[in-house]
Amino acid sequence: MSGSYIALSYWQLAATSVFVLIDAALSVQLGLRVHSSLLFAAIRMVVQLTLVGLVLTTLFSIVSPLWTGLAALVMILFAGHEAAQRQERRLSGWWSYGLGTGCMMVSSVVVTVFALLTALQPNPWYDPRFAIPLLGMILGNCMTGVGLGLNTLTTSLVSRRPGVEAQLMLGASRQAATAPVAREALRSALMPIINSMAATGIVSLPGMMTGQILGGVPPAEAVKYQILVMFLIAGGTGLGAVMAVLGGIYRLTDARHRLRLDRLTVPRAA
Amino acid sequence: MTKQALAIRADRCDFQTGRPLLSVRDLRTNLLKPASFSLSAGECITIRGPSGGGKTLLLRAIADLDHSEGLVCLDGCDRGRMSGPEWRRLVGYLPAEPGWWADTVGEHFPDWTMAFPIARELALPDNAKGWPIARLSTGERLRLALVRALVVGPKVLLLDEPTAALDPASVTAVESLIRARLTAGLAVLWVTHDMEQARRVAVRGLVVSGGQVQEEVSECPAAISR
Repeated sequence: MSGSYIALSYWQLAATSVFVLIDAALSVQLGLRVHSSLLFAAIRMVVQLTLVGLVLTTLFSIVSPLWTGLAALVMILFAGHEAAQRQERRLSGWWSYGLGTGCMMVSSVVVTVFALLTALQPNPWYDPRFAIPLLGMILGNCMTGVGLGLNTLTTSLVSRRPGVEAQLMLGASRQAATAPVAREALRSALMPIINSMAATGIVSLPGMMTGQILGGVPPAEAVKYQILVMFLIAGGTGLGAVMAVLGGIYRLTDARHRLRLDRLTVPRAA
Repeated sequence: MTKQALAIRADRCDFQTGRPLLSVRDLRTNLLKPASFSLSAGECITIRGPSGGGKTLLLRAIADLDHSEGLVCLDGCDRGRMSGPEWRRLVGYLPAEPGWWADTVGEHFPDWTMAFPIARELALPDNAKGWPIARLSTGERLRLALVRALVVGPKVLLLDEPTAALDPASVTAVESLIRARLTAGLAVLWVTHDMEQARRVAVRGLVVSGGQVQEEVSECPAAISR
């Protein structure tokens, strides 16, 4: 590192939390009814990050493939839970959790391992100081993409059911009849990363790059890391979303090329 | 013999008028009780009954759009031996509220030149191909959906209240079109609430109520089926 970072005190952190309290006050004032979930999310974030800080310190010190793999598994399982929670209409049974989790696991692990073995090449390759943060960034974006893709797929299939069934009635295959909905779901899944890549560097400076610069890394080096991460995120999100949407279509149709919306749960009350 | 006495449980009855084209045996879903009947080429059978009684469920089960059990054959061939898309190209279904998946009429037809002659019979103009779907009236949608279903060339057509939202002239046009197709060998199951129409279009009928399918004999001899 070419510079030094400025250590933050807990009082400084507490001072910045005042903006979250302002948001909560605005929610109360404007009747938005999001103040409790906002405060709960903020507290949860603090607790989670504090625990992660402790876990990462231990993981980084032992450099064990077993513990690194277990940490990755726990992260993936939590991501699967979060993605399932974001669905307005979920697939019934284990499909709701299993499909998103499985797709995220395959896509994020494939992309992370690829980056570790080719671009970064730490020694050992599973060094948690590289593997865990990289997986975390890819997984976080993959979760958004898979969640958006599946949510768009299920809500669109319900709202556009007459059009999809009209094609099936005329002898279209399930792949052909659901293709417009699948395209819409995939566009929805990929839009955040496309927007993010398009705006990065002009509108926004990504968190990882900013963190590295604040930590003393030269901006030119931080930029290279950020480009690498953006490529990996785009790849992981695309792969995960395609698998999730195709898997969702497989589940919501059957071998007789019928639409099976009975395999969706009823939407949760607002 | 009273009408009630003529109506028997469909799972015990078996129409056999002419050559059976569509044969249904113990067709059932979780809401539909076992139904059996057959339909000959060139024949039209009406389906009547109270709303929510299961008429649409019966048509959807025959079209294989919902999971069902039982034996359904076309020309003696079990539908399980062909794919769902193959079956639906032979057994077409026109729902009461047809669906659309693109912005303009023409996008719903692989070849408008094949559709145009049929559209003209239903008093739809030459330029209908370019119409936006959002601009169509309910009657125009129903007529265009009928054209769309006929273009595929089905052997059996399942019609769910195809004239419910049409003006008298359009009703006559639809009935004439179906009459011509029946003469050419098409078989039709026609859901209608209109007793007069039922008398005009078929000699035989089914009544579906509470998920139970029963046979009904039309009192009108001047039907359009052969």
